[in-house]
Amino acid sequence: MTTTAPTRVPSGRYGLAQATRMEWIKLRSLRSTWWTLAVTAAGTIGIGVAVGLNSRNASADLTNNALAGVVPGLLLAGALGVLTMTSEYTSGTIRATLAAIPRRPLVLAAKAAVFGAVTLIVGEVASFIAFFAAAATLRHGIAAPTLGDPGVLRAVVLSGAAYCLIGLLGLGLGAIIRHSAAAVGVLVAGVYVVAQVIGFIAHSAAAYMPILILENSLSTTKPVTCGADGASCPDFLSAWAGLGVLSLYAVIALAAGGWLLARRDA
Amino acid sequence: MIEAQNLTRRYGPTVAVDALSFDVRPGSVTGFLGPNGSGKSTTMRLILGLDRPDTGQARVGGRRYHELRWPLREVGALLEAKAFHPGRSARSHLAALAASNAIPRARVDEVLDMVGLASAAGRPAGKFSLGMGQRLGVAAALLGDPAVLLLDEPVNGLDPEGVRWIRNLLKSLAAQGRTVFVSSHLISEMALTAERLVVIGRGRLLADTTVAELSAGSASLEDAFFRLTSGAVEYRENTTKEATS
Repeated sequence: MTTTAPTRVPSGRYGLAQATRMEWIKLRSLRSTWWTLAVTAAGTIGIGVAVGLNSRNASADLTNNALAGVVPGLLLAGALGVLTMTSEYTSGTIRATLAAIPRRPLVLAAKAAVFGAVTLIVGEVASFIAFFAAAATLRHGIAAPTLGDPGVLRAVVLSGAAYCLIGLLGLGLGAIIRHSAAAVGVLVAGVYVVAQVIGFIAHSAAAYMPILILENSLSTTKPVTCGADGASCPDFLSAWAGLGVLSLYAVIALAAGGWLLARRDA
Repeated sequence: MIEAQNLTRRYGPTVAVDALSFDVRPGSVTGFLGPNGSGKSTTMRLILGLDRPDTGQARVGGRRYHELRWPLREVGALLEAKAFHPGRSARSHLAALAASNAIPRARVDEVLDMVGLASAAGRPAGKFSLGMGQRLGVAAALLGDPAVLLLDEPVNGLDPEGVRWIRNLLKSLAAQGRTVFVSSHLISEMALTAERLVVIGRGRLLADTTVAELSAGSASLEDAFFRLTSGAVEYRENTTKEATS
């Protein structure tokens, strides 16, 4: 400030705290954020209840069944992650953002912190409600699982965490690709189509495909075994290893996105 | 104070900005003139660190933009109309920017008042007219009460009352000792607003002068501008070719 300084300039410098505050205001001030999150949670819970109502096999992994709605829910969380980044490019807000926070990796780190926290909370809430709702609606004399049963609490908590991880994967893809439709397309094609096909064709790779990790590692209470037909069935990761692999995907996407964000023109 | 030193930027085979050097001093409005496609917007993006120069550097208040401690408190910029999310309200847009540079929340309502958007501040900004979008952009530029202002075509889409408002605002900001750098292709408007001029064509500096000096010897500033840029207008050559073929 040269000649006019009516407001006091604070000491220090902008940092992650300021960037995070900015991103929190940006995320919460869009109505579409809350609609998408509400639909995500409602879908997860609704599918859980539908599966619960139709369960007839008491020996099935009932917790895994109750969490069946997590798979489509993740799609919305991932797409919202993409849009959190790409909508800035579509609208031109990115230039205002980067003029305010020129150290660009801070911007992506702040977005990841805010979006990751919101999707973790929404994912856990949706996952827990789906579990309890499905358990409460079981018929045909099937005994409902409880959180105290072996592996149940882990399955519910890790399924909720998957929303955060797939959401962050979407955020990273958005930063890499920058165009909404293209980035959502890559997310859906990559996570839901290509990875699934690879999983069916190459069994050794199946254990590392995101949705198969969710279905066979994170949301299960006991290891997925192949029974008599072992040759046609891959070995799936343990729940914690699955969580690690999903986290790694999110970290790679965010690191690549941050690297590109720092180097490209805005 | 804005200093551009030997700025060059190519996009593929096109040289958008070519060894451009100039200073913009505090205390007066400096107009940034040039034909369409002459590199004005690119230069502004280079100053703000949004694009990287191939060679040279730009400094604001003696520092590179990315070295600024609180960028919005030192430099305010209006780069394009409607550079905001259509679903977000004007107030939330400004509140987010204020938070990024620890600017008090009360300043948001202050600048909304200054630009005449107080009553529309809660509506989704996507519903704004082009003129209202420009006013929101000006509000964002003023948010940090910066000593340096860069505005790219700020009168685009404004009604006559808005044009006069911008003119008086820029003059009063300069009179307060701020550095005001404003691009336009409206020469008549610059003649009324600016004291100093930086004129470029095809990315090169054509003149770094005052309005009075440039107009001297010509019937008007417009005539002087056309004489200066006659060799630096690409589309005119093309239209000539089309006309003769």
